[in-house]
Amino acid sequence: MKKKFHIGKAILYTMLVLYAIVTLIPFLWALSSSFKNLEEIVSGTINFIPKDFTLDNYKQIFIEQEMFPRWLFNSLFIAVTVTLLNLLFNSMAGYVLARLSFPGKKTLFIIILAVLMIPAQVTMIPNYLILKQLGWLNSYQGMIVPVMINATFIFMMRQFFINFPKELEEAAALDGLSRFGIFFRIVLPLARPALAAQAIFVFMGSWNDFMRPLIILSDPAMFTLPLGLNTFKSQYISYWNYIMAASMVFTLPMLVIYVFFNRYFIKGISFTGGK
Amino acid sequence: MKEKISKKALREAGSSYLLLSPTLFVLLLFIIGPILFAVYLAFHKVELLGITSFEFVGFSNFEKILEDTRAKIALWNTVKYVIIVVPCQTLLALVLAATLNAGLKGEKFFRIVYFLPTLTSSAVLTLIFMWMYNQNGLINNVLKLFGFPTYNWLGDPDVALNAIMIMNIWSTAPFFMVIYLAALQDIPDSLYEAAELDGANTLQKFWYVTVPYLKPVTSFVVIMGLIGTFQLFDQSYIFSKGSGGPNNSTLTVVLLIYQYAFKNLGTMGYAAALAFALAIIILVATLLQRKFSKEESLY
Repeated sequence: MKKKFHIGKAILYTMLVLYAIVTLIPFLWALSSSFKNLEEIVSGTINFIPKDFTLDNYKQIFIEQEMFPRWLFNSLFIAVTVTLLNLLFNSMAGYVLARLSFPGKKTLFIIILAVLMIPAQVTMIPNYLILKQLGWLNSYQGMIVPVMINATFIFMMRQFFINFPKELEEAAALDGLSRFGIFFRIVLPLARPALAAQAIFVFMGSWNDFMRPLIILSDPAMFTLPLGLNTFKSQYISYWNYIMAASMVFTLPMLVIYVFFNRYFIKGISFTGGK
Repeated sequence: MKEKISKKALREAGSSYLLLSPTLFVLLLFIIGPILFAVYLAFHKVELLGITSFEFVGFSNFEKILEDTRAKIALWNTVKYVIIVVPCQTLLALVLAATLNAGLKGEKFFRIVYFLPTLTSSAVLTLIFMWMYNQNGLINNVLKLFGFPTYNWLGDPDVALNAIMIMNIWSTAPFFMVIYLAALQDIPDSLYEAAELDGANTLQKFWYVTVPYLKPVTSFVVIMGLIGTFQLFDQSYIFSKGSGGPNNSTLTVVLLIYQYAFKNLGTMGYAAALAFALAIIILVATLLQRKFSKEESLY
């Protein structure tokens, strides 16, 4: 019996290790390619340790493509702003839908649920025309304003606030705090776990988004990283050492965030997925 | 007294709408407005050159879908992709989660590693895989090393879509794995103990306890998977430089919508009609999935 248990454990470990290798190989291969020179890239070897280890690619990409810092800034600025606005506005809406009563509440809630079911492709064409009319193509506000709220997270925040103890707010009201005071000073600080999970997903969504910037942005100075990377690739088509170096540089910020906040990622997914 | 109450209600409604104002603004201008506008577009021929003009064409945009061979190819590619990717990624996610949940040491480390693809942007992942799929790249060289046939992954119409499938199963399974992991922790130990008393081995416990218990989660994972896979775009766009090639083999419905809306002239209305067709297909697929999973649970 005991021996059988060990064999089972060995099989499970083998599976875990094998899949870890499957997961890591593409990343390690990209990382190793980013340290190889063009000659080695072209020769098509399969060694993971570069023969002539070089940092040139990392230097070269910033020389060849002066826009990289700008794209990095665009991506960061848009992702951070979108995240902050989403946290604030989704919580506000979720709180109102959970706690306050007002005419039209039921209708609004149904609309928000219905909106969840509409695929983005339906709204993307009219949105382009609307942004064009507003003169917001190739602008930060064009990238930010249409996605500064999110129906999924409004719904999530509503569920969160419904389970939130009412007594605290009632006590605060007795102390003479207004509705806004209660929301900003009592409710919001206590909603931190839900906000952290939401922040990570909104940030990741914005940082990694490809289709919206592709449609809205045509001026290279306004590009975000994914779009810039794609352009860079079409310019340096067989310089895979450059492309991989650039890919690595722009995976780094997300990786750093992940290393520090990985427990929130897991929590966040179960939060959105469990409902 | 009554007046006081209504005053209070009025104040509450006032602060409600104030707190809701950003949401209402975006909802009206960028979601509900555009949905109505999309309906309008679907029944018009749109001309963007010079002065934007709309010409009413009735149902002809929808009729055109039936005659459009590229739409048929795109739909067929997308359906093929959905039918293969959704079951594979769901199964992989479930197996990985169950393995991780077996109470082994180092579970946390493996979980962190497995989650990496979910963090990485689709653009970066696609570039990394294109480099590995290269004619003279890692995958072909390894295949050659073991005496397997090699493929022109990016250039051969028969394999290009498969290359995207492999990549996306690999990159989305970990996300669903985490959803399964959370659900697995809720399964009461007593269920497993009872199964053990009945003499069930590990595989039997997995099949007769874990899988049935996770049915609602599986249903959720499959629906999310369906919605996601029907909307495949980034990877085919980057793979084919926006063309859907080679020979339309990576053309998906969303890529086709994009091309008609933003790359071809005068077909924006038609693209809107295609977008509605896609919305309906996704809705029907989701409803079918729900119906099937309900029927199954009767047994």
